[in-house]
Amino acid sequence: MLTPLNLKDLSKQPELFAPGHRMCTGCGAPIVVKMVMMAAQHPLVVANATGCLEVSTSIAEATSWKTPWIHNAFENAAATIAGVETMYRSLKKQGKISDDIRFIAFGGDGGTADIGFQSLSGAMERGHDMTYICYDNGAYMNTGIQRSSATPFGAETATSPVGSESRGKPQQRKDLTRIMAAHGIPYVAQASPGHWQDLMKKVRKALDIRGPKFINIIAPCNRGWRTQTDDAILLSRLAVETCYWPLFEVEDGVTRITSAPREKKPLTEFLKPQGRFKHMFQPGNEWMLVEAQEHVDTCWERLQREQAMDVEQDKRK
Amino acid sequence: MAKLIASTGNEAVANAMRLANPDVCSAYPITPATEIMHNFASYAANGEVTTEMLLAESEHSAMSACIGAAAAGGRVVTATSSQGLALMWETLFIASGMRLPIVIAVCNRALSAPVNIGCDHSDSMGTRDCGWIQLYSENSQEAFDNMLQAFRIAEHTDVRLPIMVCLDGFITSHSIESMHWMDDAAARAFVGDYQQVNPLLDIGHPVSYGQLALSDMYMEYRKAHEQVMAKVPGIVREVAGEFKRISGRSYDLFESYRLDDAEIGIVVMSSAAGTTKDIIDHYREKGIKAGLLKPRLYRPFPYDEIARALQHLKAVAVLDRSDSFGSSFGPLYLDICGALSCSAQRPVLINKIFGLGGRDYMPEQGEQVLDELQNIAQGAPVRAAKEYIGVREAAC
Repeated sequence: MLTPLNLKDLSKQPELFAPGHRMCTGCGAPIVVKMVMMAAQHPLVVANATGCLEVSTSIAEATSWKTPWIHNAFENAAATIAGVETMYRSLKKQGKISDDIRFIAFGGDGGTADIGFQSLSGAMERGHDMTYICYDNGAYMNTGIQRSSATPFGAETATSPVGSESRGKPQQRKDLTRIMAAHGIPYVAQASPGHWQDLMKKVRKALDIRGPKFINIIAPCNRGWRTQTDDAILLSRLAVETCYWPLFEVEDGVTRITSAPREKKPLTEFLKPQGRFKHMFQPGNEWMLVEAQEHVDTCWERLQREQAMDVEQDKRK
Repeated sequence: MAKLIASTGNEAVANAMRLANPDVCSAYPITPATEIMHNFASYAANGEVTTEMLLAESEHSAMSACIGAAAAGGRVVTATSSQGLALMWETLFIASGMRLPIVIAVCNRALSAPVNIGCDHSDSMGTRDCGWIQLYSENSQEAFDNMLQAFRIAEHTDVRLPIMVCLDGFITSHSIESMHWMDDAAARAFVGDYQQVNPLLDIGHPVSYGQLALSDMYMEYRKAHEQVMAKVPGIVREVAGEFKRISGRSYDLFESYRLDDAEIGIVVMSSAAGTTKDIIDHYREKGIKAGLLKPRLYRPFPYDEIARALQHLKAVAVLDRSDSFGSSFGPLYLDICGALSCSAQRPVLINKIFGLGGRDYMPEQGEQVLDELQNIAQGAPVRAAKEYIGVREAAC
């Protein structure tokens, strides 16, 4: 049975992710990590892919992690935590350990959707009892804002610059959440720190389910998105309200939108405050805004259809 | 009781793994090491070990999971060859940098391109600077014995480093040889229980593995690694001494064969050493003072001891089963030269590259090398410091 989230209780909980780390001012990732760690009700062991989060929280000989923590390399956080979890099962089977531990891996979108994708897919298929959390800031921010497969259409990055022959990233982003759902694992979700209750509920639920789980969480990056340092939460809310980043979960194959916006805002409200999309608002580039909006509409409609189909099927049962 | 049996190298390695009863085995199939995992998986499937198997989707993930499992706090094994070891390369440095006593069996195999599944040492030689301990085995018996000793060496609390046990792909891994099995109880008692050091799973004492060390700290970590490596030869000898008491078989950092009074000698590793010993016996019968040095502990390389063993010879040929391209010399040759560089008196050294990609090492090749050494010892000039032997000249 899941314990409901209560702000008063949460405020008394010890923080497992210590302050004093060196993430940038206004970064969305540490907010995500704090929420994830706070939602946990069991002891955790954490693996971390190479990335902003890893380099900024583990500068020898200090650490921000009050839980056991391991960083192996860029592309293997899933395989690493799978190894830890396998040792846990072995020692548990042999009666050498009695603790009831949960296993989490954190990776950015580059470490998850690109270079770490094989390792993630393999770990999910093998069925390890682990929760993989992708904090998606939509580019390789740690190495200086290069495009990743999660970078949205049109975004300007250091490797998809705007120039006389280029209008930012020409491709749409890879829909990692749906790809993970296609693995047929027990739980997949998409969350946003702007909806803290929804996010923490999903984490709590994931950690309560046995087997492989995946949660994709949007994490605004003011350096890469070219935005103000105090708007991470505002942007993570706008991402949801424009349906750029819908909040949903796929539990045992059943898709459910967990929080739909009362009124779907135009995508431009999410794009406009971000310098990386500035060129899309210039005369002659109107087609880019149309294309970006059409893609969001298509994905949102498909998600709603999937939910409706699952509800229909449920009724028939 | 110890009994004489017929076994392939791969069966011998898998059996040693069974006796060590690792907590986790994480692996990915590759020829010619695959059979080790076939055998070991059947031990796990039949309850002969308590090991949890993690059958990864690549060698990179196999080693990544070995790292996670070892850091979690238990005994970890794997096996691979060739491209598999090459794919692991990035994580090999991480395993040693984290001081995790992972044990890997490597069935030595050539690297692509062109693709080839035959034996040579390019794979493990390419990882010689990854901070792992490396042991090389001449035959199935040595592969078995080295595997058992590997757990003791790697897990020694003065060491805590990963270790690679190499055997020649196909030549040793797939050939059936007679060898001495060991009594299960004696072998298990020898390997002993795993001792945890800072396990991740100790939630009461959280530790961070794999932190970022900047220029103010990184070099100190590297120096500490080097200093630990320096302790390894002593531990290897200590473990070998204990192993002799239960098995009757002697091991050292390297094997010296008819070397004490030798004037000419061959340095060669693994299975080719067996063939070479026969050739040397034949030359000794003819009154020629020939000898052999077969490295066993290749990393850390026992420079001083090897220099002492070779410095009295007149001419030495180092036979490398891999090459370092670029008009350079084979890796073993370079290490032997390094070992002898501080000796006032030292032999003339020549380098032969042999047996690449499964090319057979035939007795005639060794005989020609000894004849050449004999001429050099008698004052003839060195014809070529380095050359390929057993190669089709016209094709090149």
